Amino acid sequence: MGATDWLKSRVHAWVDSKLDPTFRAKLKALPTRQNEYGYDPFGFHRDEAKIAALVTQFLYRHYFRVEANGVQNVPKGRVLLVSNHSGQLPFDAVGIGGAMLFDYDPPRIVRAMVEKYVQTVPFASYLFARWGQITGTPENCKRLLEDEEAILVFPEGAKGISKPFTQRYQLQEFGNGFMRLALETGTPIVPVAVIGAEEQAPAVNLKPLAKLLGAPAFPLMPLPPFFPILPYPTKYRIHFGEPLTFEGDADDDDEVIAEKVGVVRTHIQSMVRVGLKERRHIFW
Amino acid sequence: MSTRRRAAGAIRNKIIITGIAGRLGRLLARRLHRDSDGGAIIGIDRREFPGRPRDIEHLKVDLRSKKARDIFRGEDVRALIHMGLMHDPRMTAAEHHSWNVQGTARLLDACASYGVPKVIVLSSANVYGPRPDNTQFLTEDAPLNAGLHFPAIRDLIEVDMLASSFFWKQQSCETVILRPVHILGGVRNAPSNYLRLPYVPTLLGFDPMVQVIHELDVVEAIVRALTPNVRGIFNVTGPGELPLSTILRELEKPAVPIPHPIAHAVLTTLWRGKLTSFPVPELDHIRYVCMVDGARARDQLGFRPRYTLKETIRAVNAS
Repeated sequence: MGATDWLKSRVHAWVDSKLDPTFRAKLKALPTRQNEYGYDPFGFHRDEAKIAALVTQFLYRHYFRVEANGVQNVPKGRVLLVSNHSGQLPFDAVGIGGAMLFDYDPPRIVRAMVEKYVQTVPFASYLFARWGQITGTPENCKRLLEDEEAILVFPEGAKGISKPFTQRYQLQEFGNGFMRLALETGTPIVPVAVIGAEEQAPAVNLKPLAKLLGAPAFPLMPLPPFFPILPYPTKYRIHFGEPLTFEGDADDDDEVIAEKVGVVRTHIQSMVRVGLKERRHIFW
Repeated sequence: MSTRRRAAGAIRNKIIITGIAGRLGRLLARRLHRDSDGGAIIGIDRREFPGRPRDIEHLKVDLRSKKARDIFRGEDVRALIHMGLMHDPRMTAAEHHSWNVQGTARLLDACASYGVPKVIVLSSANVYGPRPDNTQFLTEDAPLNAGLHFPAIRDLIEVDMLASSFFWKQQSCETVILRPVHILGGVRNAPSNYLRLPYVPTLLGFDPMVQVIHELDVVEAIVRALTPNVRGIFNVTGPGELPLSTILRELEKPAVPIPHPIAHAVLTTLWRGKLTSFPVPELDHIRYVCMVDGARARDQLGFRPRYTLKETIRAVNAS
């Protein structure tokens, strides 16, 4: 017991030394609904999230050297960040989360709707929760929006992230769920385009193996640079669009909702196109 | 509802408590006895009731027997509080079914026949079942999925459903179903027993958020459910939610993390050899979330837990 506690305090001290003191102070000042043990109802814990913030800082500043444009378009209060999804492993979520932590003032914790499958994976099951990520159910999303939180949604889901390299930057079909939630809770939608994540892990998807493991996808990346789970250090460019607000009945027919979803999808697709045109190089 | 005439001048002042000799039953009996406005308390339980206050009547009868039904005959029963469900994992499924489901069905039938105006059934939030795709806070209308991977508790789900259909059918009776989260205290239930183990096995890489409630807060919720005009299904939540590991740290218990496949195999063997009282599917409770939204009980029942998280956790060491 003593040894693990000692180790833990050393890790926390080291993490504190690596994070910018003003950033730490801002993180501490974040309003959360934590109980006497420091946990919020979804299992988020500020001290444990600090470790995630440090990892994010490294990936954001040094590995992917993220260039975030228009972060200040994200309004205060409840908001849905809707983004394209790519790159086999969800580092695009890390990039967006990083932008809201390091380039938004005051920093905000972005809650991503995580695939339900993650709950069955040891360690990821609880670490994701400690870092503020939530199981992707509509009820969870609604509850957090009503608490004025920022939710990150990838409406393409697993289809988007695990698509083969040949289909890069082509948006897959969008789910309708996020639009119903936005209408129901009166939440503005900020369209987000992530450029650079597609090239981090050019992959072929081994569908039969994924099926065997019960995982949503089993991407195989030929010649990974260092380690099978580390992507190439491509340069990320993340574009945050102007917030879109929609009005209407959340319980409308699928076609009516799909029309509104289509507006968001076209918006993101054109942001992706512009972003690609402006990009000079994949790695810098 | 019933066409039969009430006996002239009969005052409904009796409260019947099934399972009165259990820890929770005794706490409730004492609480009601203390607040008593002169009404009688009758307990039904096959077990002994040590330290029974003299004016609490204790009938050692079987729930399914005619004798149990006869108690309702006087038409002076104000309320039935049904908490005498069998949870003994060592009894067979048939015995569980017979006692819990048939026993409940007979009691509810007696309540309908003799026009009992209030029925309170103590179910549990476990009826929703721990699952990886559970939403963080389940509301009362979520499906009762616990039986999917844990057939042995289907009888408890059936009891809950019997009570729900009674709630819809018997409009003249105020039926209340309480689904409290893990009850901690001197009670001998699975979560309290688990936390009292000298070394607590956990699953490596899993640390779900759990909800706990103090046994006396559950008693308080039951007492509130007795209030006239209260009816419906209520999740009953305690002071908050915590990761399992934090609860163990609070109790200063050494946790022994075991990979799930190994834990599963070992527990299966122990169970077959009758060396443990923890059924294998209950491993899911220390793996996945099964948490509920207590807003309805807060708004409609006016229920607020009085014990803090720390007090609730420490209550497992109470004698």
